[in-house]
Amino acid sequence: MYEAYIDIISLLDATVRIGAPLVLAALAGLFSERSGIVDISLEGKMLAAAFAAATVAAISGSAWLGLMAGILASVAMALLHGFACITHRGNQIISGLAINILVAGLAPLLGIAWFHRGGQTPNLTGDARFGEIILPGAEMVKDVPLLGPLYEGLLSGHNILIYLTIMAVPAVAFVVYRTRFGLRLFAVGENPAAVDTAGISVIQMRYLAMIACGVLAGIAGAYLSTAQGAFFSRDMTAGRGYLALAALIFAKWRPGPVLLACALFGFLDAMEARLQGTVIPLIEVTLPVQLIQALPYILTVALLAGFVGRATPPAAIGVPYSKEHH
Amino acid sequence: MSAAPSFPRWIEIVVLPIVNLMLAFLVAGVVVVAVGENPFEAISVLITGAVGSKISIGYTLFYATNFIFTGLAVALAFHCGLFNIGGEGQAYIGGLGIGLVCLYLDILPPILIVPVAIAGGAVFGALWAFLPGYLQATRGSHIVITTIMFNFIAAALMVFLMTNVLILPGQMSPESRPFIESATLSTMQDLFLMLGTDIGRSPLNLSFFWALVCCVGTWVLIWHTPLGYAIRSVGQNTRAAIYCGIKPTRIIVITMLISGAMAGFLGLNEIMGFQERLILNFTGGYGFVGIAVSLMGRNHPVGIFLAAILFGALYQGGTELSFEFPALTKEVVIVMQGLIILFAGALEYMLWPAVRRVAGSILRLRTS
Repeated sequence: MYEAYIDIISLLDATVRIGAPLVLAALAGLFSERSGIVDISLEGKMLAAAFAAATVAAISGSAWLGLMAGILASVAMALLHGFACITHRGNQIISGLAINILVAGLAPLLGIAWFHRGGQTPNLTGDARFGEIILPGAEMVKDVPLLGPLYEGLLSGHNILIYLTIMAVPAVAFVVYRTRFGLRLFAVGENPAAVDTAGISVIQMRYLAMIACGVLAGIAGAYLSTAQGAFFSRDMTAGRGYLALAALIFAKWRPGPVLLACALFGFLDAMEARLQGTVIPLIEVTLPVQLIQALPYILTVALLAGFVGRATPPAAIGVPYSKEHH
Repeated sequence: MSAAPSFPRWIEIVVLPIVNLMLAFLVAGVVVVAVGENPFEAISVLITGAVGSKISIGYTLFYATNFIFTGLAVALAFHCGLFNIGGEGQAYIGGLGIGLVCLYLDILPPILIVPVAIAGGAVFGALWAFLPGYLQATRGSHIVITTIMFNFIAAALMVFLMTNVLILPGQMSPESRPFIESATLSTMQDLFLMLGTDIGRSPLNLSFFWALVCCVGTWVLIWHTPLGYAIRSVGQNTRAAIYCGIKPTRIIVITMLISGAMAGFLGLNEIMGFQERLILNFTGGYGFVGIAVSLMGRNHPVGIFLAAILFGALYQGGTELSFEFPALTKEVVIVMQGLIILFAGALEYMLWPAVRRVAGSILRLRTS
């Protein structure tokens, strides 16, 4: 029984590590999509940030400088998305796709030219990487039954970005539900013409949303290459940006449920390794791990189809705003 | 964005994309400089690599074949107002259908196996597009998101099938057994050798002809059939279409089926014509780039054909680049694709005011 408990603790620990970048990326998408801009370019923003963070951390030896660079790279991509979608009223999906493809090529191209390691950046050690933080007393309480493993194995021993992520959820919830900025953000996503009539600049609101999106996606990308991993490798986001988008939809564009959706998707990922080769009782068939991999996407489609609740996107999403056209 | 009455439309249709393309190449040139190579040498190697010999033209057309299928798939859906971003997954599953025909129905005579394989690709590709189309039509589930999700589901399904079911036993890499000779498409080289000329060894195969047929078929379907009229009506004004007695639900589902089938044909070229076995990841991003192809080609088969050749040339020339310049790996092609999608797609009208001004003053000079 107790062994199972320890096992669950380590499973949840893995869930936290896998889920954290998803939470950050999904919250990033929340700002963009709530302001009325579809964001399929979370993937590209994260990848750009992962590359910039690993590169600067490797050169400077500082994970924090890496994080700054990652955020800057991601914000730059977000502003490019804004320039195309807000200023030039271009197609938001095409712009997002362009960013994803551009970064997927540019990051390894620059990586190869600068480091000659087949697109990989040098290994980060010491201060160039976000290390694990052992919370006070973790070693001491380790052997205390029940609470010991919970504290030492699950709560303690994560890097700073994970603790930051946990704080980011209530912070984002506060910003979007309790501040003037947040309420205006929702308003531009639902009815930009009304916001405009109230004397608030739709363009400025949406650009601010782009920057918020870029900052969060940048932290998510930096997490991959300087905290979870210790270098950048090509395509290291591996679809996490799209998975975060799925989580955002699954959470119906709300910050609290984003945390739950990402925890669910992270948990499925963590289970995958354990369930490899498990035989399903009764039908005696080996459980295909690919089914677990596909489950987040299947669940999201089911949700969109209205079989698991109803996901209603912001009303003005995907529609470029122009003063003349309403 | 309506032009002045006397302003010729070809400036928007022809000149603007070319200007955008040049801007994309300009920025790509900056990237080439950033990695320490000479952009002028690079562009000359790229052009020679793409169209410098009979063999390189063969390769360019081989890649173009893929882009024609995926570009037409995107365009068909677009005419119905649908953004099918799932060409990648539909091509993957369509290729599976073609592969299954070539593996398990190879007792059929060669004359029959080609149409059966075409049908297999169409049915499987259409099947993968059905649910996103149906959910969009009946439940309003956003097709962009559902097709993205279906791309990932297709990838997981293919890994499962290739590693558990279709893998050649006793082999490490997830590949099926090779198809027998009669279950493959012959190359253009063999065809032309029969006619007495040698065009050199390239993977260009008979599926190129099917791609041309599909271009003509799409043109006929969209502009010269009642179904095409219904598709365009739903795409341009759903309410007016309903008023005309058209059922949008039906039309959306049918359009997605045709679009998915079109994407599914990619396997004819890649699997039946080139790999001659089922492998993983043979779609290689062609589905996504199909969006750019359709966009550049203004959703018209003629435009798509030309854009597909441009992207095919970019692929082939880009591969040559990586042989000549150590810093220019195959990623440079991906960068260029991204830039073209950005400038010719998302920022399509950024330079329009400038182009209009310049074109306008030139036209005035000529008339005065």
